[in-house]
Amino acid sequence: MLRIEPRGCESKFWRYASPLLALVLTGVVSGLIFAAMGRPPGRTVYTFLVMPLLQQDGLQALAVKAAPLVMMGVGLSLAYRANVWNIGADGQFILGAICGGGMALAFPDAPAWAIFPVVVLAGIIGGMLNGGLVAWLRIRFNANEILTSLMFAYISQYLLVYLVTGPWRDPQGYGFPQTAMFADNTLGPRLVADSNLHIGVVLAPLVAVALWLMLERSLLGFQFRVLGQAARAARFAGFRESRLVWVAMLISGGLAGLAGVLEATGTVGQLTPNLSPGYGFTAIIVAFLGRLNPLGVIPAGLLLALTYLGGDAAQISLGLPNAVTGIFQGILLFFLLGCDMLLLNRVRWVSGGTRAAR
Amino acid sequence: MLRRHFTRLAGAGALASAAPALLRPACAAEPLKVGFLYIGPVGDFGWSHQHDLARQAAAEHYGDKIKTTAVESVPEGPDCEKVMNDLAASGHKLIFATSFGYMNYVIAVARRHKDVFYEHATGYKRAANVSTYNIRFYQGRFVQGVIAGKLSKAGLAGYVGSVPVPEVVQGMNAFLLGMQSVNPQARLKFIMINGWYDPPKEGDAAKALIDQGCDIITQHTDSPAPLQAAAGRGIKAFGQATDMAKFAPNTQLTASVDVWTPYYIRRIGDVMAGTWKSTNTWGGFEAGMLKMAPFANMPPAVAALASETEADIASGKSRIFIGPIKDQGGTVKVPAGATMDDAALSSMQWLVEGVEGKLT
Repeated sequence: MLRIEPRGCESKFWRYASPLLALVLTGVVSGLIFAAMGRPPGRTVYTFLVMPLLQQDGLQALAVKAAPLVMMGVGLSLAYRANVWNIGADGQFILGAICGGGMALAFPDAPAWAIFPVVVLAGIIGGMLNGGLVAWLRIRFNANEILTSLMFAYISQYLLVYLVTGPWRDPQGYGFPQTAMFADNTLGPRLVADSNLHIGVVLAPLVAVALWLMLERSLLGFQFRVLGQAARAARFAGFRESRLVWVAMLISGGLAGLAGVLEATGTVGQLTPNLSPGYGFTAIIVAFLGRLNPLGVIPAGLLLALTYLGGDAAQISLGLPNAVTGIFQGILLFFLLGCDMLLLNRVRWVSGGTRAAR
Repeated sequence: MLRRHFTRLAGAGALASAAPALLRPACAAEPLKVGFLYIGPVGDFGWSHQHDLARQAAAEHYGDKIKTTAVESVPEGPDCEKVMNDLAASGHKLIFATSFGYMNYVIAVARRHKDVFYEHATGYKRAANVSTYNIRFYQGRFVQGVIAGKLSKAGLAGYVGSVPVPEVVQGMNAFLLGMQSVNPQARLKFIMINGWYDPPKEGDAAKALIDQGCDIITQHTDSPAPLQAAAGRGIKAFGQATDMAKFAPNTQLTASVDVWTPYYIRRIGDVMAGTWKSTNTWGGFEAGMLKMAPFANMPPAVAALASETEADIASGKSRIFIGPIKDQGGTVKVPAGATMDDAALSSMQWLVEGVEGKLT
C-alpha cells in the first residue's frame, strides 16, 4: 500500500525550487488543457501570468489587489502558527470597513489630517472588536473559534447590508443599497495623484516584515510557535495560552479591519453590500500558500492577485469563459501545495508484510 | 456629501460641451470593438444570458464591421473599473455595463476615457459619454400578477427578491396590483437574497416561501433555481429575464423576457454613424424591449386574459400604477385617478397594501 511519511529533513534547494517547479508544472498542464480547448497554449498561459503586468497600470492594479490579501494573510499566518483558526477574516474586514466608513460618513467636513487617522483607527478597532469577541468566546466558554469566527463573518455581512439598506443609505441614492460617497478629505493620501494606490500598498509589506520580526525574533513570537507546535509544552513552560489567543485574534482581526477600511476608502469610496469579494477567504489560501510565514505571504498574495487579473485579461483578449480562471487557479494551487507536500513528505510503497513486521 | 454629488453632475455638464468633437464616424476598415460586462456567468440562463444573446445577435447583424468582447462574472466593485479600463485600453469604443452596481465605476472610467462611449443598464447617473437604459420590467410583473391572482387558491404568492432597489420594489408592487385586479384579497410574501445570482440561496428562498403557504412563486433573481424549487413542490411559477420553460416545462406559467437586441443594434449603429448621444432609455412592451414567454400550464381563459392585459399595457390603455393605491400602512400614496410618473417610480421605496414584510 501507499504510505506518506515525513522526510524528517528538508532540502534547502527544493525549498526554493519547489514553487518554481510548481509554476512550470502549472504551465505544462494548463497548457495541455488550453490546447485541448483549441487555444494556443503558450499564449494563453502568457495571458494569465504575464500580460496583466504589461497592461497600462498593470503593476498598480496588482499592488492594489494584493494589498488587502497580504495584510490579512499576514495576520492569519500569525494566528494559524499558534493553532488559532481564525476563519472569519472576511467579517473582520467588513466590520473594519463599517467602523472606519462610519467615521468618514459622520465627519465629512473635518480636515483631512485629523479625520483620516481617525477613520483608519476606527477600522482597526472594528476588526479587533470582531476578533476579540471570538477570542473571548474561546477563552471564556471554550467555544471553537473556527465556528464562531465564521459565524461572525455572516453577522458582519448582514450588519453591512442592514446599514446600507437602512440607516446609512444615501438619501440621494434613489433607495439603492449604498451609502453616500465618502468626502474627498476622508479618503487618505494617494501614492500617485488620481490613482487608487492607497497607503495600504505600502503598509502591507511593512506589516509583513514587522510581524515576521515579531514571530522569529521576539519572545512573544517564540511562544506563538511553541503553542502551535506543542501546546502541552507551552503550558509546562508557563506560557499563558489565553493571552496568546487574545493577541492572535486581536492582531489578525485588527489587520483585517485595516485592510477593510483601506479598501472602503481607498478603492471603493463608499459602503456597498458587496464590499468584499471574498477577500477574507482568499486570504486563508494566501496564508497557507505563504507557508504561514509573513514574508512568504507577500509573494503568495501577489501571485493570487495576479491570477485574478489574468482571469480578466483572458476573458478580454482571448474570450475565455470565467470558469477557466477557476480551473487555472485550481491547477496552480494544486501543484504549489502538492510540491510542498512532497517536499516535506515522501510517498513510499509499503508491502503488507513489512507493515505487519513493524 | 451633497456637494460631492453636485460636483459630479457639474463635471458631467462640462463633459457635455466637449462631446461633439468626440463624435467621429468609425473608420470603415477597422471593426468597431464593443465590450460587454456581465454580473453573472453567461450560463446563468437568466439576466446575463439574455444580454449575451443580444450581444451575439448584434455581432451577427453587423458581421465583420464590429468585434465584440464579453467579460462575465465581473463583481460590482473596483474589479469592474479595472475591466472597463482594460477594455478601453485595448481599443473598445463602446462598452455596455449590464449591472446596477457598476454605476460609479462607469462614471469614473468614462471621465478618464472620454473617447469611449458607455451604456449602463439600470443605473441613473449619466455623463456626456454615458447613457443609461433599462426595461419596464414591472409591466411583465403585472401580467404575471393577473395570472397568479386567477390561479392562486390561497391568494398568496411568493416573491424571491434580489436587492430592495426601486426596480425590485416596482416589481413586487406591480405583481400584487395585478393579482388584486382579479382578486382584491390577494397578498404577497417576499424574501430578499441580497444578490442577483446565487442558485442555492434562490432555491432555499423559494422553498421557505412555499413553506409559509405561498402557492405560486415568482422571482427577481437570475437563475432558474426558484422555478425548479417550485417544480419540486408541484406548484406553478414564473421565469425571469429569459424563457426558462426548458428547466421546468410543467411549472413555468410564463416569463418576462428581456429583449436587449434592438437597443444594442441601434446604439452600436449610432456609434458607427457618429450620431451617438447620451440618453436615458426606459422601454417596455410598447418599445419591444419586453415580451412575455408563451402562456402555458393554465386554463385557456386565463391565458386569454393575460394576453389581453399585455396588449392593454402595450397600447397604454392599462397604466398599472394608477390610483387609488395605498401603502402597507394604509396611507394613500397615489390618489384616485392619478398615475405615478417615471420619477416617482424610479425612486419607489414603499410597498402596496397586501405585501407582507418590510423592505429593510
